[in-house]
This record gives sequence, C-alpha cells and structure tokens, in this order.
Amino acid sequence: MTIFIVFFLFIGVAMDYLYFDAFTPAGPVFPVATIFSLSFAAFSTLTAYYGGSDIILSSLGAEKLNLQIPEHRELHNIVTEMVLAAGAAMPRIYVIFDPAPNALATGTNEKNAAICVTSGLLTLLDREETQGVVAHEISHIRNEDVLLMTLVSILLGGIAILADWARRGFYSSRTGRQLSRKNPLVFVPLLILIALSPLIARLLAMAVSRQREYLADAGSAQYTRNPGALARALEKIRDAAMPFHKATRGTAHLFIVNPLRRRVDESDSKLADLLASHPPIARRIHLLYQMAGMPQKFMQPSGVLAH
Amino acid sequence: MIYVIWGIIFVLGIWIISTYNALTALRLRVQNAWRQTEVQLKRRYDLIPNLVETVKGYMQYEQDTLQKVIEARSQAMGSKGVKEAAEAANLLNQSLGKIFALMENYPELKANKNVLDLQEELTTTENQIAFARQYYNDLVTQYNTKQQVFPSNMLAGFFGFNPSELFEVAEADKALPRVNLSLTR
Repeated sequence: MTIFIVFFLFIGVAMDYLYFDAFTPAGPVFPVATIFSLSFAAFSTLTAYYGGSDIILSSLGAEKLNLQIPEHRELHNIVTEMVLAAGAAMPRIYVIFDPAPNALATGTNEKNAAICVTSGLLTLLDREETQGVVAHEISHIRNEDVLLMTLVSILLGGIAILADWARRGFYSSRTGRQLSRKNPLVFVPLLILIALSPLIARLLAMAVSRQREYLADAGSAQYTRNPGALARALEKIRDAAMPFHKATRGTAHLFIVNPLRRRVDESDSKLADLLASHPPIARRIHLLYQMAGMPQKFMQPSGVLAH
Repeated sequence: MIYVIWGIIFVLGIWIISTYNALTALRLRVQNAWRQTEVQLKRRYDLIPNLVETVKGYMQYEQDTLQKVIEARSQAMGSKGVKEAAEAANLLNQSLGKIFALMENYPELKANKNVLDLQEELTTTENQIAFARQYYNDLVTQYNTKQQVFPSNMLAGFFGFNPSELFEVAEADKALPRVNLSLTR
C-alpha cells in the first residue's frame, strides 16, 4: 500500500523539479505538483474506501439474492456454512445473471464485505464445488484482501492518469526550454521513470494479486477441509472457457479466475507470470490436488506437470 | 545497573500482560464458538419434527426408526456441557443417518417439493454443525496449546486458565462422508 503512495509522491516531486523549477530560489513557494498528486491520491483512496464496493457491484450488474429461488437459497446456505467454518461475519450476497462461471468478493472490511457469484457458476458447479469457491471468497475477506485489492485498483488508475499528464507536459515548448538548463543526467532518468511508472505499479499490483490468490486457495482448503472440490471447480470453470464481458481490466483481479481470459494466463512462462493478474489456473489446480493428496492421474495434462 | 533491572521488569510486565490478554481473548472466542455450535444444534432439533412429519406418510414401515430419532432428539435437547452434547449429537447423527439412507428407497419422496426443500435445509444444517464444530475444535486446540507450551504455561497455571473440551465425533460418524442430499441437476 505504502509503495503506491510513494509512487504518487515520486511522480509529484519529479514533475515539480522538471516543470515548475521547484526546490530552487526562482521556483514557486509550494511544490505544486507534489501537493496536487498527493491530494489526488488521498481523494481516490477515500472514494475507493467509502464507495468502492458499491461502484464495482453496480458496474457488474449484481443483484440481491431472491430466496424464493432454490438455487439462491442453496447459495445462501453455503455462505452461512463457510461463515461458520471461518468464524467470520455474514457478508452481503449478490448474484450476476451471466452464463460465464465466476465469483468475486469486495468491500472494505469484514462487516460490509460482499460476495458475488454469477448464475452460470451456480448451474455449473455442484454443492461441494460451490462451497470451495465460496470458501475461497470468504478467505479473501478474512485475509483483508478485499480492501487491499479495491484500493489497489483505484490507485492504479490514479497513477496512470498522473503519469499520462506528466508525459504530456514534456511536449510543451516552455518545459523544453526549462529542461535545457537542467542536468541531463538527472532529468533523463526521471523522465524514463515517469514513463515507466504505470507499468511498474501494475507489475507490483499483479504480483500482490497473484500471491493473494494462492493464499485464498489455501484458506479455502482450510475451511472446507476439501481442497479437491475447489480443484474440480477450477477445472470446470476453466473448461467452460467463457469470458465474462461485464468485467474490465480494473476489476479483473477481484475475480476467482481471470474473467478476461487473456492468452498469457494459460501458459506458465516467466513473462506470463509477471503480467497476469491471476496465477496460472493449471498451477492452482495442481497445488490444490497436492493438498488433497490425490494421485497424479486425476490431474489434467498440462505444462505444469513437466517440472 | 538500576536501569537494566527496570528494563527487565518492564519487558516482563509487557510479556505478562500480552500473554494474559491473548489467553483471555482465546477463551472468549472459544466460548463464542461454542454458542455458535449450540445455535446450529438447536436448529437441527427444530427441523427434525418437520422431517418426521413429512416422511411419516411415506415411510409406513419405518415407524420404529422415526420414533428413535424423536427420542434421540429429546435426549440431545436436554444435554448440558460440551461432552454430553457431543455424545447426544452423535446418537442423533446415527439415527438421522439411518433415515437418510432409508429415504433412498422411496422414489416418491424425491418427487415431493417439500421434501426437497427440507433436504436442502437438513443438508445445510448438518454442514453448519460440522463447520461450527470444526471451527470450535480449532480454537480449543489453539487455546489448549497456548496453555501448555512454555513459557505461557507458567502464566496459564497462575491465572487459572483451564483446558477446554473438544467436541469429539464418534468413530462411526467420522467414517461417513459429509451429508450431501442435494440431487444432481
């Protein structure tokens, strides 16, 4: 979290130095851009904290449970079971009417967290498998991943906007003149860093997100004592192979499997590892079967088994 | 020299306070988890008469088994404390398991919407009991471990923390998989 704030600070200070001649006697009294970028960070963090989950849920078209429908009642029961297993507070439950099987958790703390699954998931998975998925989401809530991921998604957007703004400033003629008076050894690396900062921030966020997915899978196994069910659920979701169109890049990392299904997710190379919001699904299934102590023949043939 | 002694006393004091607080917090969490388990057990007691009423008409020849469930239920409802409750719950599990097994023989039961609803209710109640028990036992294990490992065992004895009882499952029940009555769609 701190590292994202540091990013905002860095972009602000760098812009002050390059464009406004701050930190010199001739410059403005306040480091304008630094203050601006920090308040921008504070504003977007507060927005995310107080309204983030509602924004996300309504953008996905999530609806409240209808307890008249047997499937919804079953989901409600499953969530209650997992809440008991985790000793957590009862989250709000939502359903998205979409054939693509997926699930997500959002919210800022345990008290106002929400779990959301698609109707496709309810029809595709049996009771035990749904239980594994719900336990995965409860585990996200227990590990306080929901707050982290909601904030990260908003801050990522903020850094991208600021860096964009900083890059554009570079092309104006006035800054060009100012730059010529500065030491190129200082401003060239600064410019490169500004240009790269959205990418670096993104890599960091994705790394956090991937680790959290493994942790939530392990948490799910702890609550259900049945890692095989979650592994089967992930296999079914993978084989259904349906992209979920309402999800965007900003919300992709909230889901249990990547709803955008970019091709890099399927492979297991180092580059794919760096860029994906989710760990390779084959690797997660492999680890879950390992936890369950299942023999190799249950595993799907995939690149993971080679090493 | 005097500062060193004060430093040691200070560190010791912090350790005593934090260990005492950790033990107390665990004790409260164990008590809370037990209340949760009791709520689930009570829910099951409430559901059983419904189940018996619904299946009675169909299961003409199993009146004995149904009677046994009712008896086990009233016995379980009167139980006090963790150990007694666990024993009564085990007895109830066995007789309920018998009913569930017998229900497989009556295809017309599976066509009844009330029975289907009741099955889902009982499935989730069974699971909720199992998960609440699992959480309770995890906490009790954590609490009891904290009381017995060095160095917190010295304080646990001094402040009078006692080990809590685990909610044990009978061997026969353990061999059975978790109840899953939901029909394949």
